Amino acid sequence: MFYRENGQFKSSYAADQQLLPILQDRVFMFALVAFAFVVVPLVVSDYVFLSLLIPFLILALAAIGLNLVVGYCGQISIGHAAFMAVGAYAAYNLVLRIPQLNFLIVLVLAGLVAAAVGMLFGIPSLRIKGLYLAVATLGAQFFMDWLFARVKWFTNYAHSGSVQTAPVELFGWSIDSPQEKYVFLLAVLILFTVIARNLVRGHIGRAWMAMRDMDVAAEVIGIRPVYAKLSAFAVSSFFVGVAGALWGFVHLGSWEPAAFNLTLSLNLLFMIIIGGMGSILGSFFGAAFIVVLPIVLNQLPQFLGIPMSTAMISHLEFMIFGALIVFFLIVEPHGLARLWAIGKEKLRLWPFPH
Amino acid sequence: MARNWPVVLLCAALLVGLALPLATGASPPGFYVEVLLGGLMTGVLYSLVAMGFALIFKASGVFNFAQGAMVLFAALAVARLAERMPLWAAILLGIVVMIALAFVIERVVLRPLVNQEGIALFMATLGVTFFLDGFGQTVWGSDIYKIDLGIAKEPVMVLQGLFQGGILINKEDVAAALVAVALVAVLALFFQKTATGRALRAVADDHQAAQSIGIPLNRMWVIVWSVAGIVALVAGVIWGSRLGVQFSVSLVALKALPVVILGGLTSVTGAIVGGLIIGVGEKMAEVFLGPVLVKTFDLAGGGIENWFAYVLALLFLLVRPQGLFGEKHIDRV
Amino acid sequence: MSQRGNPIGEVILSVEGVSLAFGGVRALTDVSFEVREHEVRAIIGPNGAGKSSMLNVINGVYHPQQGTIRFLGQTYHDMDPHETALAGIARTFQNLALFKGMSVLENILTGRNLRMRANLLLQALRAGPALREEIEHRERVEHIIDFLEIQPWRKTPVGRLPYGLQKRVDLARALAMEPRVLLLDEPMAGMNLEEKQDMCRFILDVNDHFGTTIVLIEHDMGVVMDISDRVVVLDYGKKIGDGTPHEVRASQAVIDAYLGVSH
Repeated sequence: MFYRENGQFKSSYAADQQLLPILQDRVFMFALVAFAFVVVPLVVSDYVFLSLLIPFLILALAAIGLNLVVGYCGQISIGHAAFMAVGAYAAYNLVLRIPQLNFLIVLVLAGLVAAAVGMLFGIPSLRIKGLYLAVATLGAQFFMDWLFARVKWFTNYAHSGSVQTAPVELFGWSIDSPQEKYVFLLAVLILFTVIARNLVRGHIGRAWMAMRDMDVAAEVIGIRPVYAKLSAFAVSSFFVGVAGALWGFVHLGSWEPAAFNLTLSLNLLFMIIIGGMGSILGSFFGAAFIVVLPIVLNQLPQFLGIPMSTAMISHLEFMIFGALIVFFLIVEPHGLARLWAIGKEKLRLWPFPH
Repeated sequence: MARNWPVVLLCAALLVGLALPLATGASPPGFYVEVLLGGLMTGVLYSLVAMGFALIFKASGVFNFAQGAMVLFAALAVARLAERMPLWAAILLGIVVMIALAFVIERVVLRPLVNQEGIALFMATLGVTFFLDGFGQTVWGSDIYKIDLGIAKEPVMVLQGLFQGGILINKEDVAAALVAVALVAVLALFFQKTATGRALRAVADDHQAAQSIGIPLNRMWVIVWSVAGIVALVAGVIWGSRLGVQFSVSLVALKALPVVILGGLTSVTGAIVGGLIIGVGEKMAEVFLGPVLVKTFDLAGGGIENWFAYVLALLFLLVRPQGLFGEKHIDRV
Repeated sequence: MSQRGNPIGEVILSVEGVSLAFGGVRALTDVSFEVREHEVRAIIGPNGAGKSSMLNVINGVYHPQQGTIRFLGQTYHDMDPHETALAGIARTFQNLALFKGMSVLENILTGRNLRMRANLLLQALRAGPALREEIEHRERVEHIIDFLEIQPWRKTPVGRLPYGLQKRVDLARALAMEPRVLLLDEPMAGMNLEEKQDMCRFILDVNDHFGTTIVLIEHDMGVVMDISDRVVVLDYGKKIGDGTPHEVRASQAVIDAYLGVSH
């Protein structure tokens, strides 16, 4: 009853094209952001920050990045963790070799390096279609795994092959408590979400979607496939590269190449399939899902009094992931985001469904 | 023909690379032949898994990412069953398990998704991969297991007359390679000569046309997925006996993907030739190119065989997108 | 065709000796014809005559083995579709080729893409120029939406529209490119009588109002006779007739091709 767009007439195209055209959505979003910035840091425990919220924020960013290339541009990638790795190691080397560099600049540069590498592996997408690209990106995954494990320069000749980082410092603000990490990551994520929304609403986003939906027709109406595909790979890898740098510096603190292996790539794909391909909101749902599910699985057997080993729980997790992918593809290919949209539509009409 | 020169160039470069260790005297001939045979051995296994993959792609248009997971699942099944029964019984039971799996996949995954786009089907096989990884380890366990084929593992010296110092060959490898070659031959025959094989090819060319002349699509799918499952089992058992049954086997088996890309997605011949090229290529690269790279760039170890197959396939893709034996695709608007 | 806003002008597009083959199959053999500015030019012929292939050659989807296309005084042989789009050739499709994941408005806006210049960074921040550009092009698109009478469905996903309307969105998307020449591949296939009448009206209006030169493939001879100025007839990839609807209808070769006299 309260969720209505009646009486909200748009008198200009600018008003019609804004981010959230419906007033209630704007109010809700503002309240949500205020809540996330002000209330959450005050009431939530360190455990929730470290095991839920911080991974969620970074994975959501990575999922948005992957969604841009897979969900919006229709180019499959099963090696996106490799570009996270590129971002992480680029940031590590930048901080190591130019210590006075501001961390925000480090993030941008790390993203740019990842974007360049992403574009390189996106080049095959110009000659080949669809599923062949899966193999090209899988190649990126294995190659990057190898590169960071074997070329000693990247890890600063560390004997174990793993690298350590100091807490991030920004304008004299040392980001080391869970609360501070959370607030920093939240700000970054909101910024990138707005950027992603702007891009997909702009002409570049329409070019991506046109390539996805009908590539021949897209070319016929004047969209350059080279530009559309490579820009999607570049932007996507930029997002994912930044996410990788944050994953390394803010979440892990120290890591080895295996932190960015094929499993992470597949998990990212899982997130966008469950959350909703071609939906920014869906990327959030997917990331939330993948962070929450293992914790629920850990608690549930205890709660029900069924003894279960950790190995068993992790296998169960895989099975549930797999079953859910198939389930969603069959029942709701647009994922949780579509379910959410359907719910909202119902709410708009409620209590009179016709 | 004029457009083929990049392919010719690439093939020439590969041949030169292949000949280089011998020509420069970097390797004694005996050792070189050993490496070559080792590569062929692995290559036959790649061909085997790749054929299963190409069969599935031809008959159901599914780009089956779960191939690697199927190999691991089958190997786990055989390894654990063999603890309780003779190996032959374990293998037979394993085959039954893989056929049952094909039925389940057809019923639960393929049938509801019929006529979906390739990308959706591909993602469904991603789901199958997740599920099989979890399910396999739940049912069969998640340690490293051994499969003992009962063939002595000690190497045999052969061809001492021809090469100085002779060539070391592992008996088990020879047996395994022979089994794999036989299976490849049987599959190729099955595909070319039998009625089922012809029906499969009809399905591959045009699903609807095949259905309209009375070829039961669902049964064809079960057949190809069963064949792919059995092939995965054989490959899994052989790899399992060499490397131990562990998670990395599924990654090794994933190399069927670059193999089919190189050979051409829909071509059985391509799968066989591609498997051999990649098997030999990556072994040669690991043994002869690897040390050079390690020395030049001061690397922390070789291991380039982890990605060499993919890079090779990518190079071929760039010069010949349809693969060596694939058909060129024409867009209709 | 007695009164129209734009009198028929000089030759704007000419197809010269085009031959196209797929493997051993010849789709087009030595086809030549001309299109004059502001005219409505029809290509007709039995199934498999090579009509769609002809359009695909004109807008660069297929590259002919022989022959050239002259457009606006430029000669080209190997041009990609997005280059012909930039040069001013638009196209609708026989089997709907709308972007089904997007709304009607977004679909039509893609037709403006080749005129939109804001770079990635400006778009990412939706900074001044990018926003202005979006609004400016939205205005142009709204004009076309009004023209083709599809206002009520702006925000509807294209997949939910009935077939006739989808065809109209396809036309709108092509018009949004502001082309000099518009290629229509069976714009009325599968429509009922009323939808056909609407579409005929829109095609003539477009020709009249925007002065767009139109090349269309159509099966319905009645429609062809009514709306086209000149007709090219193809059969088995060869041109067998070329002239006004009346001339073509009287030609023995054309009658034979349609009635199936053996070759």
